[in-house]
Amino acid sequence: MTEQVQEPLWSPSERQKAVIEKLRELSELDGVSGAEGPVREWIRAQIEARPPKGSFTIESDPLGNLLVRVGEEKPGPRIMVAAHMDEVGLMITAVEDDGLLRFRPVGGIDPRILPAQVFRIGEKRVPGVVGGKPIHLQKPEEQKKAYRLEELYIDIGAKSRAEAEAVVQVGDFAAFDAPFQVMGEGLVMGKALDDRAGCLMLLELLQEEWPAPFLAAFTVQEEVGLRGAQVAAYRLEPDAALVLEATSCADLPGVRPAGQVTRLGAGPAITFRDRTSISDALLVRLLIREAETAGLPWQWKQGTAGGNDAGAIQTQRGGVRVSSLSLPCRYLHQPGSILSLNDFEHGLELARRGLHAWARELPNGGDGR
Amino acid sequence: MKEIFRKLSEAMGPAGAEEEVRQVLKAELEGVVDRLETDALGNLYAILEPRGGGGGLTVLLDAHMDEIGLVVTYVEEEGFLRVAPIGGVSPQVALGQRVRFLGGAEGSVASDHLDDPKELEMKHLLVDIGASSREEALTRVQVGEAGVFTRPVAEAGEHRLMAKAADDRAGCAVLVEVLKTLKNSPHRVVGVFAVQEEVGLRGAGPAAYRVEPDLAIAIDVTLTGDTPEAPKMAVSLGKGPAIKAMDRSVIAHPAVRRLLADVAREKGIPYQMEVLTRGGTDAGSIHLSRGGVPTGAVSIPCRYVHTPSEMVDLRDMLGARDLLVALLERPIDL
Repeated sequence: MTEQVQEPLWSPSERQKAVIEKLRELSELDGVSGAEGPVREWIRAQIEARPPKGSFTIESDPLGNLLVRVGEEKPGPRIMVAAHMDEVGLMITAVEDDGLLRFRPVGGIDPRILPAQVFRIGEKRVPGVVGGKPIHLQKPEEQKKAYRLEELYIDIGAKSRAEAEAVVQVGDFAAFDAPFQVMGEGLVMGKALDDRAGCLMLLELLQEEWPAPFLAAFTVQEEVGLRGAQVAAYRLEPDAALVLEATSCADLPGVRPAGQVTRLGAGPAITFRDRTSISDALLVRLLIREAETAGLPWQWKQGTAGGNDAGAIQTQRGGVRVSSLSLPCRYLHQPGSILSLNDFEHGLELARRGLHAWARELPNGGDGR
Repeated sequence: MKEIFRKLSEAMGPAGAEEEVRQVLKAELEGVVDRLETDALGNLYAILEPRGGGGGLTVLLDAHMDEIGLVVTYVEEEGFLRVAPIGGVSPQVALGQRVRFLGGAEGSVASDHLDDPKELEMKHLLVDIGASSREEALTRVQVGEAGVFTRPVAEAGEHRLMAKAADDRAGCAVLVEVLKTLKNSPHRVVGVFAVQEEVGLRGAGPAAYRVEPDLAIAIDVTLTGDTPEAPKMAVSLGKGPAIKAMDRSVIAHPAVRRLLADVAREKGIPYQMEVLTRGGTDAGSIHLSRGGVPTGAVSIPCRYVHTPSEMVDLRDMLGARDLLVALLERPIDL
């Protein structure tokens, strides 16, 4: 990875520079589902350096969620805000006699994007490249097909099993090795922006003074089935929850408008329902009202595919009202995901205003109809 | 039973937007039960405190309010709506139906032109609400707005009714009738009218968490095997309520299952045993609540499930009511 930071081709504002730097640090941390430690420690250090206003506690639970409770003694609805720390990646499943590594995806990775990708493996961050049969050895019919997962391996430059096993073990996680980059005006590219962008929004929201209990959950294992959020919501016992996410963006050639989930730069996306949850009508109404009042751009997340932590939170204990705010992200679950800084700012502002509205206006502490 | 079923069936309640059904139930149960409550997800609780000396159990009876439907995902420039399914909707069944959205707009379900009708998928469906532009359409519906198929209840012969959303308004109607009929139950009976069953049994789990029951029984429809060339299934319309042994979401607690069968035999209520190999019920999420709940289910046989013309038999619904009332009016030893 190059340490040299390229100058952007446009002039970011001071605020944008600050966001870019935090996003860079977060994006380049390794945190494949189940191994979110580096992300958790970075976030914990940020909170300790800039603590929330008033009373608060920080805890990490047995699964590795980082939970921050602010102003829990305050009256009013208990509001949880969640962002997941984990990213998609690989797990090493076997070391071959010739020193090559076999692997399986952790979370939703399209195997067709893997050949020639560079990964960092394990806590030692051993570099490796995904290889398959090289093109000049392939038969013509093989060249027309994508590699199957079974045909791929990771090469770490080891000449034997013993040499490989000296630095890598079965069960090690591998994360994309992808430097964060500033791109065209207002756009950035990196790995794991799903959902490190949400983590950064949540960190910023922790600086706000809230009239009601504010329960921040930096969750683990979202990408493998919304697992961390379940226990986080059980622990925090919220009345209402907002999930800060990144979602696919399909404003691309060949996708008909009705199939475009979100459009980059058109504002944060509000979910009405997806595969795992139905957003609470009142929460959504308040978010939209706040966006319209403040003149903030927003868009619907079109379609009902996909899911996020809201699904796991909604059914905890006696039930929780949920809603999601997602930043459009092109090439999700790939090393070169693209995010708009304007969407980030608008999403943050909408979350801030929306959460204040929830804190003031949710009936009976969020309960009852 | 017929009248309350009609009101419930014709109310609109796509999963996640059960308000209209909840209002019908509240009006029906006000003054009948000791207390009505709702929770954050919209589940409705109708609570009957124990009568007589008490000393009974807390019994949760569940029926779900929600029904399948469609949700607007996109509005085409020409004013047509693109939709996604809410719950198990087949595009073949949806095609040609009328749909009514929460805001009141009604439309006809059409599709893109396809050379081969077998290719029909949800993404080809269009709902035509008579708008000639996106702007006009957006004055009447919103992206994210849910809708349901419309169809009034009709009688089919002496005992049978055709209805949309008999799944599970038939169960809701039975539960209302049970709560109205119970006079002397030693048990604390909590009727739960649950939300979001059709999208993954989501409402009933939190409801069970709140109620902390000693015993739970879900009341829902089940499929039948009594139509020509139907897959083999030992449940028929009109032969009485079905006592569930198993479905995809739950294995009925043996004591609950035995208890229901014993009471039915004793009271001379015809019943059938049910093994449902497709689909699940709220019993699936209830029995896993907290440290586990002994749970069973009483099912109303129903033909053409998840179409706008589901068919149920009133005798099965009355049988289910009688069975549950008889069960709850005596002490229960699990």
